[in-house]
Amino acid sequence: MTAYLLRRFLSLSLSLVAASLVIFLVMEVVPGDPASFMLGINADPGALAALRLQMGLDEPLPLRYITWVAGLLQGDFGVSYTYRVPVSELISERVMISLPLTLYALALSTLIAFPAGIIAAARRNSAADLSVMGATQLGVAIPNFWFAMILVLIFAINLRWFSAGGFPGWDAGFGPALKALTLPAIALALPQASILARVMRSSLIDTLDEDFMRTARAKGLSRSQALWRHALRNALIPVLTIIGLQFSFLLAGGIIIENVFYLPGLGRLVFQAITQRDLIVVRSVVILLVFAVIVVTFLVDLAYAAADPRLRRQRR
Amino acid sequence: MSALSISNLKLDIHGHTVLHDIDLTLDPGKILGVVGESGSGKSMTALSVMQLLPRGSNWSGEIRVGGVSLSGLDEKALCQMRGRDVGMIFQEPMTALNPVHTIGDQVAETVRVHTGVSRREALAVARDMLNRVGLPEDRFPLDRYPHDLSGGQRQRVVIAQAIALRPKLLIADEPTTALDVTTQAQILDLLTGLVREEDMGLMLITHDLAVVAGLADTIAIMKQGEVVEAGPTREIFREMRHPYTRALFSASAHVPDRGRKPEPSAVPVLSVDNVVRDYQQPRRNLFVKRPPFRAVDRVGFEIHHGENVGLVGESGCGKSTLARAILALDALQGGEIRLNGHVVSSAGEGPHPELRARMQVVFQDPYGSFNPRHRVRRLVTEPFHLIKSPPTGKELDRRIDRALTEVGLSFSDADKYIHEFSGGQRQRIAIARALIIEPALIVLDEAVSALDVSIRAQILDLLAELSDRLDLSYLFISHDLSVVRAITDRVLVMKDGRIVEEGETENLFRNPQHPYTQALVAATPSLQAALAAPAE
Repeated sequence: MTAYLLRRFLSLSLSLVAASLVIFLVMEVVPGDPASFMLGINADPGALAALRLQMGLDEPLPLRYITWVAGLLQGDFGVSYTYRVPVSELISERVMISLPLTLYALALSTLIAFPAGIIAAARRNSAADLSVMGATQLGVAIPNFWFAMILVLIFAINLRWFSAGGFPGWDAGFGPALKALTLPAIALALPQASILARVMRSSLIDTLDEDFMRTARAKGLSRSQALWRHALRNALIPVLTIIGLQFSFLLAGGIIIENVFYLPGLGRLVFQAITQRDLIVVRSVVILLVFAVIVVTFLVDLAYAAADPRLRRQRR
Repeated sequence: MSALSISNLKLDIHGHTVLHDIDLTLDPGKILGVVGESGSGKSMTALSVMQLLPRGSNWSGEIRVGGVSLSGLDEKALCQMRGRDVGMIFQEPMTALNPVHTIGDQVAETVRVHTGVSRREALAVARDMLNRVGLPEDRFPLDRYPHDLSGGQRQRVVIAQAIALRPKLLIADEPTTALDVTTQAQILDLLTGLVREEDMGLMLITHDLAVVAGLADTIAIMKQGEVVEAGPTREIFREMRHPYTRALFSASAHVPDRGRKPEPSAVPVLSVDNVVRDYQQPRRNLFVKRPPFRAVDRVGFEIHHGENVGLVGESGCGKSTLARAILALDALQGGEIRLNGHVVSSAGEGPHPELRARMQVVFQDPYGSFNPRHRVRRLVTEPFHLIKSPPTGKELDRRIDRALTEVGLSFSDADKYIHEFSGGQRQRIAIARALIIEPALIVLDEAVSALDVSIRAQILDLLAELSDRLDLSYLFISHDLSVVRAITDRVLVMKDGRIVEEGETENLFRNPQHPYTQALVAATPSLQAALAAPAE
């Protein structure tokens, strides 16, 4: 087990180094001079020279990379060109919204998908299965911003249970903040829950056909006992994979939902940074997302190992 | 009171009749052998007793387990019966256990489901049972997972969970079919011992007459959902009243006619010289590389024109790896392989395609070894990819016609898809695919192992006839010694990557020299021996 963890950890660190190199090279080298890219073609030569100096573009390439990584390690992401504040401040503000929103959406998605998928698989071809399959088909097909607008119409405008957008900040208290995130989380969760429920269903159906399920029944377990004790854990591996992918997607992919609900999240930050050509912010957010994806992958690997002892085995 | 009595059992699945009027009885402490080919309904009979029938099943008649009729029981009562009164063992030990639970928990589960004792007490029972089936604590602690065990050991765990509550009836559906002969002998010994000591009734389902011949007290022979003949084993074996029983016996013991003995030629068809196959093993950790695993260790032998050579050994001995090496599917790490004196492949040297084309192969699985989306025409002409100027047009049709006719099919079959054929016909198509390129050698890798005995007898006849007529040589790889004995001229015995004994077939089986060969021969159930044994 320790060896497995060490191996995973090592590969995680290597991926991070590789990712930082790729991001650095793409941002710094490929599009030509970042300073002139940021200022546009008609830039004032003086301003250009100042920016070049500020970004350290006169230094040799390897030194620039090392300075950048060293800064990252100390939490220094540089200063945003457009906002004129440290990027770390910008990002941490936004993460405080995007991360809870992502976790909230993911929790909702799992809570909806697991029971739906399990019921559909256990009662295959029944009315319950057909309704789950129909509903998830709709959930996958309908874009989430449309859900978001419907939710706003019903719960904010008609029923007035929630506000239509905005975020009071965590200073306003946990309850109000969570309440402000509820509608966006639901809008984000519904399509993800549909995908997850379908994966859960098909994975569970495959597992229910396995030989060991027949063995379990022959031992005297009822159909549902056999499902809970023997099928579920075996069916979990593909589901965990999807959950991992959904986390990465939701963290920055919520931009449309953030716009609908006027939430200052990471997605909006990176969108604004791109339109304003603020490469310093862009590359910082990108490296952060890469880091998040890698960490989540690591966590999913740990979950695999918990679910399946064959992955824990030290290879002989 | 009998452990099991079945009378007038009828079974329909989705309106299709699967079992007609089955009558069987089994007394405690006795063994009932249920023998039949695929589709005979023997597994469905077992599943009827367990009441684990597929959806859409509808049964009638009477099934009594230990005197209790199943027709009056609801699902809850049936769950209580399963595992407590009836235990069941399945064919495929590799998949019959849940991979994510320990063996201790899986055996203990039978106890916990039925008795409601604590986990600790249940695990204590599990420990006893695992000891009982020959998995002692020092080597097989309760926290082992199924993937740590071999097939035979897993089958012992399955047996332990089936007998944990000492049921009155044990049903074993082909319990040894997936196992090696020596493992098979051990598992059969274990089952027989359990039956006699615990006074259980054992319903032993098998396609192999030789397996039940030495064990069963009574035998029921099934065909197409009916019991065609049933009675005490010795009586059935002595009298063979029903024609199907006779047919089954003669097919099981079938030895194809070989027209002539092959003469050793100056240049052998195949010459395998000091061949080595190593497998790279995964690193122990980042810094320590492990030595490669030697799957085939300096193996050398020759096959002459028209000669049929058998290669036997247990799973993992390297026989399939050797076959892959001969067919140049994997690169060699040492030695060389020559066909008619020309080097096909050697260490560091890739295969010579035109020579490689003259060696063909037939695999075990007649279902998995064809692309279901291609027509037979395309399937059988696949080997032509290996040669520079493959035949086209009329000549191609002529070759397809000849290959299909040669194996007893006709040219009109060329435009069909593979799902339109039975298992035996598919194996004929596989042979046609090998023949079409007029090879010098065909490697038959367990080519008849998946077939029913009557089909197997036909395919063996076909192979013998083709070898005689076309002067074909075979390398016949099998774990089934009786088949190897029936068709080969010479046998190689392989163990741990080496050939430990080789010799003329009859000689080697009559008088095995190496202890391993002796063990293999002794473990092989023999129909002749069972028939010849004096009446008790």
